[in-house]
Amino acid sequence: MATSATSTRARVAATLKRRHRSEFLFRAFGLAAIALSLLALATLFIDIVWRARTAFVQTTITLEVFLDESIIDPEGKRDPAELRRSDTQTPIRAALRERFPEVTNQGQRRELYALLSGSAPFLLASRLVREPELIGQRIKVDLLASDDVDMLMKGHISRDLPPEQRQINDRQIGWVDAMVAAGEVRQPFNAGFFTRGDSRDPTTAGVLGAIVGSALTLLVTLALSFPLAIAAAVYLEEFAPDNRWTYLIEININNLAAVPSIVFGLLGLAVFLNFFGLPRSAPLVGGMVLSLMTLPVIIIAARAAIAAVPPSIREAAMGVGASPVQVVFHHVVPLALPGILTGTIIGMARALGETAPLLMIGMVAFIVDTPKGFTDAASVLPVQIFLWADSPERAFVERTAAATLVLLGFLVVMNATAVYLRRRFEVRY
Amino acid sequence: MNATFLFVVIVLLAAMGYWLGRARALAVAGGKGRVLHSLPSQHGALVALWAAVPAVIALLAWTLLVPEGQRAVNPWLRVALVVATAGAGLWLALQRVRARQRARNHVEAVIRLLLLLASAVAILTTVGIVLSLLFESLRFFALVPPHEFLLGLDWAPQTAIRADQIGQSGSFGAVPVFVGTLLIAFIAMAVATPVGLMAAIWMAEYAGERVRATVKPVLEILAGVPTVVYGFFAALTVASIVRRAGESIGLEVASESALAAGLVMGIMILPFVASISDDVIRAVPVSLRHGSMALGATHSETVRRVIVPAALPGIVGGVLLGVSRAIGETMIVVMAAGLSANLTANPFAAVTTVTVQIVGLLTGDQEFDSAKTLSAFALGLVLFFVTLALNVLALQIVRRYREAYD
Amino acid sequence: MRTMSVADRTRSGVIAEFPDAAAGTAAKPAAFETRELSVFYGKKQALKGINLDIDKGEVTALIGPSGCGKSTYIRCLNRMNDPIPGCRIEGKVLLDGMDVYAADIDPVELRARVGMVFQKPNPFPKSVWENVAYGPRIHGLAATRAELNDIVERSLQRAALFDEVKDRLQEPGTSLSGGQQQRLCIARALAVDPDVILMDEPCSALDPIATAKIEELIDELSGNYTIVIVTHSMQQAARVSDMTAFFHLGDLVETGPTDTIFTTPRDERTEGYITGRFG
Ligand SMILES: Nc1ncnc2c1ncn2[C@@H]1O[C@H](COP(=O)(O)OP(=O)(O)OP(=O)(O)O)[C@@H](O)[C@H]1O
Ligand SMILES: [Mg+2]
Repeated sequence: MATSATSTRARVAATLKRRHRSEFLFRAFGLAAIALSLLALATLFIDIVWRARTAFVQTTITLEVFLDESIIDPEGKRDPAELRRSDTQTPIRAALRERFPEVTNQGQRRELYALLSGSAPFLLASRLVREPELIGQRIKVDLLASDDVDMLMKGHISRDLPPEQRQINDRQIGWVDAMVAAGEVRQPFNAGFFTRGDSRDPTTAGVLGAIVGSALTLLVTLALSFPLAIAAAVYLEEFAPDNRWTYLIEININNLAAVPSIVFGLLGLAVFLNFFGLPRSAPLVGGMVLSLMTLPVIIIAARAAIAAVPPSIREAAMGVGASPVQVVFHHVVPLALPGILTGTIIGMARALGETAPLLMIGMVAFIVDTPKGFTDAASVLPVQIFLWADSPERAFVERTAAATLVLLGFLVVMNATAVYLRRRFEVRY
Repeated sequence: MNATFLFVVIVLLAAMGYWLGRARALAVAGGKGRVLHSLPSQHGALVALWAAVPAVIALLAWTLLVPEGQRAVNPWLRVALVVATAGAGLWLALQRVRARQRARNHVEAVIRLLLLLASAVAILTTVGIVLSLLFESLRFFALVPPHEFLLGLDWAPQTAIRADQIGQSGSFGAVPVFVGTLLIAFIAMAVATPVGLMAAIWMAEYAGERVRATVKPVLEILAGVPTVVYGFFAALTVASIVRRAGESIGLEVASESALAAGLVMGIMILPFVASISDDVIRAVPVSLRHGSMALGATHSETVRRVIVPAALPGIVGGVLLGVSRAIGETMIVVMAAGLSANLTANPFAAVTTVTVQIVGLLTGDQEFDSAKTLSAFALGLVLFFVTLALNVLALQIVRRYREAYD
Repeated sequence: MRTMSVADRTRSGVIAEFPDAAAGTAAKPAAFETRELSVFYGKKQALKGINLDIDKGEVTALIGPSGCGKSTYIRCLNRMNDPIPGCRIEGKVLLDGMDVYAADIDPVELRARVGMVFQKPNPFPKSVWENVAYGPRIHGLAATRAELNDIVERSLQRAALFDEVKDRLQEPGTSLSGGQQQRLCIARALAVDPDVILMDEPCSALDPIATAKIEELIDELSGNYTIVIVTHSMQQAARVSDMTAFFHLGDLVETGPTDTIFTTPRDERTEGYITGRFG
């Protein structure tokens, strides 16, 4: 025994160094895995914030424009509808020529005009609708620069590139530099990003339409899924008999929670659009599809919250003669409500970030106007991100990133609310 | 006279019924509440139900039974029908208000029925999914035989718009699409499984309580980022990093390489795998840990040889759920993977996936009877059943595992 | 109950008070010597300056009412307290004169020498064979498969289990009966060829027949191994042990040969506990 014990001890001792090294390595791998995950998260956020940083200012060019009444409002009626469509482009171009009188060649003039955004005349026209007294005057206006000038000013177009590889040529850069030197190029806050809808012109594209679309869609989702989820959860937790029908429902709910979201889109397309003939691209249909998706999530959360209400409360209520339905709606549901709300907010946050099913029901259409109702054609924030990410113009990159930040901002607020609710109302029975 | 307006009429009649029923019950009781079996409000609710439910049924019946052509003939007939039904129900119910009437029991039976119907929405959804996918797929399979779809090697739906090409050209062979899906899912899981599992092991076994309490929510943030954001990240940043890295070692890398999409998808699935693994590892009974430790095992020996094997069913279940997500994930691949179907296992090449094809086929202009659009539903059907099978299997494994330890 | 300050306790320490307990220590070589061992869980003190010697090759029973610190004490002997958060140890534990808590002691090596069997049988969810082979494998005790087979067989035989399971070596260890599982755990511990085996209420989850088998086994093993057993059964302590130590509220009240403790206890608390007046 003694000899064997000694040799055992020697053998164990011989392995120790190797084993402790592999212990160290294993631990290091674990730490590396965590570090890698956190690094991925950090890279993602830093990348997006970095790309979005320039989207919140917008390059403008200050020009002295003579708002010639004979061109803008030859009849002098100051009719807003007419003014909106009035020719403001001619005075603006005249101002550009005036600023650079040395440019006489037709082709070069076209290059000069290209310094300004194609939307600049429309913006000036809508200002004239608000301030018709300006007509006839000679005023300094800040006009939106073209996306190429904007990108140049923000450093996204490198001057070192060979001219044929950049959208803006040396002559144009020279003009821009001249105006910068004269203090005529400014970069104010890009308010239009938050107050305008989508546009094919990156300089005037904004997220307002998508935000409103998202809000309308989520309203429909909430209105449908919240009551249905509570009802279903109450039924399953409180009234359902233990039979195969109940089992079937439960299996269905669990499986639906894991069905790929695009399949819900196919359902919406086949049933809501093609069978029931509901309108395409509408928040109504989008909300319906998303509510089918979020229902299982909320039901599962609501069931957990209801199950957490201790039986003693039900017994107490029964004891004073309440019927089962009264027990549930007067006592159990109110106590479970914070948990249900938390689950609902998390479900809504998911629905807000959802894109794929909405592509199926036509919410990818290019929509300029802010939707006014549940059946208007609309887009939503994530789809807007998808559309802009697909656009070839360089200037859409920063806007895509900025829209992503807006979306993430909403998600942070929603999730923080859920966490707050959970902390605030966490009941310890 | 649209349905919405009729609905408002019904609601108003029901409200009136509630008020009348309640008043009537109060009158019957003569001010003494105890006489009544049920509360006055419950009598009111019962009368309201009697006004509303038959009317709604009548409205639905009218919409479903009366043929389209005859509806326009006399729109007022529908109004009359609905109002009459509601009125009759209201009046009948009002007559029956008695002290001993069990109004509460009737109202509650209706409430229970409504609750049951609400929970049946889940079944309805599943049935809707299966039926709509099946129906459109059958139409597709009438044009393209199933074996050609499932076994064909050439996928080029765009070329098949011409009628003379349908079904003969073999351009609906979905194998390259399936292979592309599996390739990207494989890359994703090759990232998510080891990193997620090691991260879970570190969190469950090595991290202190405080570190764990911060790292875990941070990983959950990763899980809550919308996939469109990952798609943007994949298409713009990761794709170019992968291309540059590949080219620097002399490889030819497509700009929409499977690798970039797979890597980002792996990052998306990672927290999911980590979270499930963390749960199952922590569910391994502490007695096993102590047993191993008391024999002189180091911590990592205990983890590798006792805890992970004991937790393996749960981990496998989590990985299967991850695979199901990877296969069903849409936005990352739509934005970062290609549209052209290449039958290849090269991660640097561009491949396409089932979900990319569905989106590609169904956005833009649609003619609803072409094989092109219908093929999207056939792909959807395959996607639904494959993910369903994975989910059922995974949940089964996880459940078995939970039962083994509690 | 009288409370004692730390200083009090040291002066009136049990060993000093009862000379022949100390004499017993001198006669036989001690496997473990614990000196002024105190254990704290956070602020709570679970052991209060324990001085106890465990004799080599004998069976020592630890008895005492629930919560008195028997498990805490036994866990100190192979440092199973290490991973418990907030657990702090003062004093000394010497194994063959070597300080178990010294900085250069590797707990892995220590636990290979000091095996442990737990209250509830805890076989790994692996085959019977794998369960027993686990320890020799991690410690590299067998160079060949044949050698490993040999160790497994020998350990199962020593644990008096081999005949019952020789045809089921590939079945999961969890499929055995409770008593068999516990003997499997003992075989698992024996397979790494320890000097000491610690058993924390090894029979409390077993029926009387299985308990009798384990007791028999302990009897056979004694002599070859130093065994420390925690038990709530006075009969068991009387049957299997050579020495007995009585713990009470974190104090070691009395220790000595089992016969003496059970026939002529010196402390009234010991007497009360043994005769069942409290506990
Ligand atoms: N992990 C721990 N954390 C905090 N306190 C503990 C811990 N383990 C034990 N204790 C406390 O230390 C004291 C001694 O516990 P111990 O488990 O050693 O008692 P015991 O004699 O083994 O009791 P039993 O006979 O019930 O097993 C008890 O008061 C117990 O509450
Ligand atoms: Mg104990």
